Amino acid sequence: MGALLTPRGWWALIGSGLIAAVGVPLANLLPAPGSALHLPDYMVPLLGKYACFAILALSLDLVWGYAGILSLGHGAFFALGGYCMGMHLMRQIGPRGVYGHPVLPDFMVFLNWKELPWYWQGFDQFWFAALMAMLVPGALALAFGYFAFRSRVTGVYLSIITQALTFALLLAFFRNDMGFGGNNGLTDFKDILGFPVQARATRLGLFVASVAALGASFLICRLVVASKLGRVLLAIRDAESRVRFLGYSVTNAKLFAFVLSATMAGVAGALYVPQVGIINPSEFSPANSIEIAIWVAVGGRGTLIGAVAGAGLVNGAKSWLTGVAPELWLFALGALFVVVTLFLPRGIVGLAARWKAREP
Amino acid sequence: MVKFGDKIARLGVIGALAAGLGAAQPALAQGTIKVGVLHSLSGTMAISETTLKDTILMMVDDVNRKGGLLGKKVEAVVVDPASNWPLFAEKARELLAKEKVAAVFGCWTSVSRKSVLPVFEELNGLLFYPVQYEGEESSRNVFYTGAAPNQQAIPAVEYLMSKDGGEVKRWVLAGTDYVYPRTTNKILEAFLKAKGVKPEDIMINYTPFGHSDWQTIVADIKKFASAGKKTAVVSTINGDANVPFYKELANAGIKATDIPVVAFSVGEEELAGIDTRNLVGHLAAWNYFQSVKNADNSAFIKQWQSFIKNPKRVTNDPMEAHYIGFKMWTQAVQQAGSVEVDAVRQAMYGQKVAAPSGFVAAMNTNHHLSKPVMIGEIRGDGQFDIVWQTKGAIKADAWSPFIPESSKLVADWSYPWVCGNCTAPKFKSLAN
Amino acid sequence: MIVMFRFLACLWFLLAAPAFADPLADLIPKLGRGGFADKAEVAAELGALGDGRAIAALRALADGKLVTRADGSVAIAEPAGEGVKLAHPLTGADLGTSAADTVERIRINNRLRAAIAAALGALQIFSPNPEERLAAAREAAKAPTPELALALDKALAAETVPAVRAALRSAQAAVQLSVGTIEQRIRAVEALSAATDPQVRNLLRQVAQAAEAPAELRAAAETALRSIERRLQLAGLAEILFQGVSLGSVLLLAAIGLAITFGVMGVINMAHGEMIMIGAYTAFVVQEIFRAYLPPDAVDLYLPAAVPAAFLAAALVGIALERGVIRFLYGRALETLLATWGISLMLQQAVRSVFGAPNKEVANPAWMTGGFEPVGGFFVAYNRLAIVVFCFLVLGAIALILRRTAFGLHVRAVTQNRDMAKAMGIPVARIDALTFGLGSGIAGMAGVALSQIGNVSPNLGQIYIVDSFMVVVFGGVGSLLGTLAGAMTLGVINKLLEPVAGAVLGKIVVLAAIIVFIQRRPRGLFAPRGRAAEG
Repeated sequence: MGALLTPRGWWALIGSGLIAAVGVPLANLLPAPGSALHLPDYMVPLLGKYACFAILALSLDLVWGYAGILSLGHGAFFALGGYCMGMHLMRQIGPRGVYGHPVLPDFMVFLNWKELPWYWQGFDQFWFAALMAMLVPGALALAFGYFAFRSRVTGVYLSIITQALTFALLLAFFRNDMGFGGNNGLTDFKDILGFPVQARATRLGLFVASVAALGASFLICRLVVASKLGRVLLAIRDAESRVRFLGYSVTNAKLFAFVLSATMAGVAGALYVPQVGIINPSEFSPANSIEIAIWVAVGGRGTLIGAVAGAGLVNGAKSWLTGVAPELWLFALGALFVVVTLFLPRGIVGLAARWKAREP
Repeated sequence: MVKFGDKIARLGVIGALAAGLGAAQPALAQGTIKVGVLHSLSGTMAISETTLKDTILMMVDDVNRKGGLLGKKVEAVVVDPASNWPLFAEKARELLAKEKVAAVFGCWTSVSRKSVLPVFEELNGLLFYPVQYEGEESSRNVFYTGAAPNQQAIPAVEYLMSKDGGEVKRWVLAGTDYVYPRTTNKILEAFLKAKGVKPEDIMINYTPFGHSDWQTIVADIKKFASAGKKTAVVSTINGDANVPFYKELANAGIKATDIPVVAFSVGEEELAGIDTRNLVGHLAAWNYFQSVKNADNSAFIKQWQSFIKNPKRVTNDPMEAHYIGFKMWTQAVQQAGSVEVDAVRQAMYGQKVAAPSGFVAAMNTNHHLSKPVMIGEIRGDGQFDIVWQTKGAIKADAWSPFIPESSKLVADWSYPWVCGNCTAPKFKSLAN
Repeated sequence: MIVMFRFLACLWFLLAAPAFADPLADLIPKLGRGGFADKAEVAAELGALGDGRAIAALRALADGKLVTRADGSVAIAEPAGEGVKLAHPLTGADLGTSAADTVERIRINNRLRAAIAAALGALQIFSPNPEERLAAAREAAKAPTPELALALDKALAAETVPAVRAALRSAQAAVQLSVGTIEQRIRAVEALSAATDPQVRNLLRQVAQAAEAPAELRAAAETALRSIERRLQLAGLAEILFQGVSLGSVLLLAAIGLAITFGVMGVINMAHGEMIMIGAYTAFVVQEIFRAYLPPDAVDLYLPAAVPAAFLAAALVGIALERGVIRFLYGRALETLLATWGISLMLQQAVRSVFGAPNKEVANPAWMTGGFEPVGGFFVAYNRLAIVVFCFLVLGAIALILRRTAFGLHVRAVTQNRDMAKAMGIPVARIDALTFGLGSGIAGMAGVALSQIGNVSPNLGQIYIVDSFMVVVFGGVGSLLGTLAGAMTLGVINKLLEPVAGAVLGKIVVLAAIIVFIQRRPRGLFAPRGRAAEG
């Protein structure tokens, strides 16, 4: 601990960041399609999506791995951030929707809405949407966390009420009357900051932005973890009552981590939406939130690099297996989870550490 | 134990890495024509979509047996989008960009179609969408082989209003809260009001996906129907929720002669999961029923049952839509002499197929089919008795005339319109 | 029998005496011709004829057993092997067998079905079977036409069964509402005012709103209406409460196994839903075995057989799970979540591979089909009632096992202090396995119950898993009583909210209430006390 990163750590971080942020675009642009070095177009948004998931996994790892708060509703913060960005992208469509209304999105025209509801105001501005993508999840986490941590709701009780939270939001966003497009959600985006979302350059730009955000998130998490607060969080995870008796404010420490984590999840969601082209209520489903916990566990809970690796590995495996073994992939994925828990209690990072320790 | 675990894990990591590399390799061009199958094989929608995957596999098998297409074998590339909507988009991209499929047959829910739509438009792919849906869409990259509301909902309501249908005066529009029921009910409400039904004689009710406790709603329906006027329920309740709904209905003693329920998402496959002895007489509106009697249909049923190796498996409307879609696509490919999307699309217009429904289905320039409408009453054995059907095929409206905003829009991908949602043609006639 | 014939003869002379030819013989073949409207007219005529010989043909038509033969004549067909066995529609005389494709089944629709029911009602009012007479009387009350008056009077005079008498009397009153003198009509209104039935209410409303009716009749109808409305409202409230208890018992059944595996053992068992699914599929398999190997009238007994079978199947899977995976994870509660989630995915896919993805049909046995109305407007479905009863039986059995048996004592000892229990010589590992098996087995039995009201599909478990966790946590982890209270509270609140707020909003409100409630009582309704409370 102490220093933010060891010199070797810095090099590794900058190196891998550069490889991702520069190497991927180059591999996509320079080599001729068909050459072994060429990165096909369809891989770019896919990798961008993994980067967003990695941020999400980091955010959960911060609260679960370091503060012992297993949130089974982190998908909610991710989705809220996504909806904020989605609302902006919807407003950008302008009169290009199928019904050609200058302001209202298609689904509102369709539901006979006459004017934009108040909570859609301001989302035509990118800065406002970007701000909201952080503020809305943060504010929800603040309100929810304040009451939950103050009442000392811990352990599995907390996990279940976070699940109730995301489930309630899922049902709420399903309702067409809410004004968020119901089950279909928000889709058919045209452009972002003036660039068409389907253009290759925009895709690469979004990918680089995601990688940059991932790097920044990693550093922020590292900063928190390495600070005194980080040690308090660890202590809370291991013996909450003792920390409280020692005079630390457990509620505030947890609250800080929780709000920071939710904000990060919101950013991940905001970056995710333009790359996959749709945001809809299924992102709120409890199963999605459970999966985030699984990425972290597979990678190695309580290590930041583990969260990133876990998100990449599980999602990569999912992408690959649903294509090559559509009828069997659930067996493979399920078995992976069982094997990791049984044989790799510290995830794949733990495995790497063990390998390293064995080297002379 | 530890060592063993280590080894397995190491193998796993190596495997995953190798897999990642493998996935990044561009697929080698082969002497086959690839078609993508984009149906959920796991998750909530697997219940309905797995059958459609098998239908396409059957059609591919059939075409290969008959010598293939353009002298090449057809190969189905099956992926599992796992009822996960963003994954649908990812898999669609993979099919088009990596597998380079000539056409994709897939999707069930509207949201999955909306999710893949930008991908198909960006990469200029072809999607055949086989499910009845809400309309209000016409993409040049999608062929809609399921029913539009005017091919299902409106004829069903008209039938119930008729003397044969029981002269229904009071209506419950019950649906799952998503875009298809919302649109259908909106169209039906406008239609009913135009026919002089008073607003207090229409009850609209929405429930969440997978709603499992129907006690309150069934009791409400009973109460609403007890007002003395003949009442019917128009159900746009989606897939999973139908079984508990019908079980509740049967046990609440609601008979079809008292309160008929007409459904647009309940076909033979859904009924196979319900004991229908207490549901006799409730209705469904489709463009095809398995009980249709003609040679094409008998052959279709026989082909399906022998392909799936189960003499009890049923056929249904979306399967027939896929049958029509696949046949049309093979015909269009032969006509165009190529699988190139633009050429095939042009060849699709006007393409005709003798459908198992006993009618000739034709593809229109609005990318929707002309199909017959049939109304069936549920029998005790899980099949339908056809009690009414249109004289000929009905052309699907992509844009409903009953919705003010969409009544102005025209979908016509032929010259001079060349547009899916326009109020004026794209090209002006050169003569003027 | 004799009574019936006397009345049939009586009617026969009354209505059909002038005809010399047999009008039935002319009418029956007409059932095979024309559209639904024509056939409905024929059915109505058959009812008006009052000749009981038409009953067999009408019933056959309603059941889809009436067929037209190649020569245009009509016959009743019973499936016999590959072909059909034909009988004469009037005399029942054997017409031999023929191939199934040589006869055409006469199709019917709802309109025709209603006409048949009305005709049968008119004919069956003198049936020897009291249930048929009851149905006929109800049918008459539904469509009270003046032509029925005479038949109803006669039927009432001969009727001895009280329930049928009551039904006949209300049918008679319903008829008299529209015909007869003012005094008769007012008396009819008074007779009807004791009923609690929406149908009667509609009839009275018509009288109360009829402009041509005399003022005193209208006033009497108004009074009667008010008392009926009041009773209907009460009945409606009772119905909502029953629905709440019914939903509560479904939640309880789904959660009760989890209350053991999660509540007592501390395993975050995400595969709990799949245990329910295994139970439901066991019910399906048992049903199919019964259908294949037992006579048709024994098939309904599949359900009692399915309950222990499902318990065993799910318990065995549970024990295998515990021995194979979970025992390595005790003390690492959150990691059980990961492993059991993986198992849940595999079990779902396994079931999908074996049984296929579409829903499986599990039928309600005849004795669980339909329901009854203790009073009008308050309907109780038999399957719902059976589940409520079953749920409490299961709960009682578990309470007995945990409180009154040596095994229960051991389970409680192991959960309270594992090391101490071990030191006392309790075979901890075996108790763990058996406890997990018990919890899973109960989930399996719940699956049998849930198969009676919902779908049997690979996703079955996913429907209930979130709700189950809510119930257990809301009630208080580790307390069976808490689980009971939690399930019932959530069920009743949900059902009270649903009519007001709608199904979706109601559920959101309940979830929000759970979140708020947990803030107030972070350990649920029935919080564990003492040392065990510190986790």
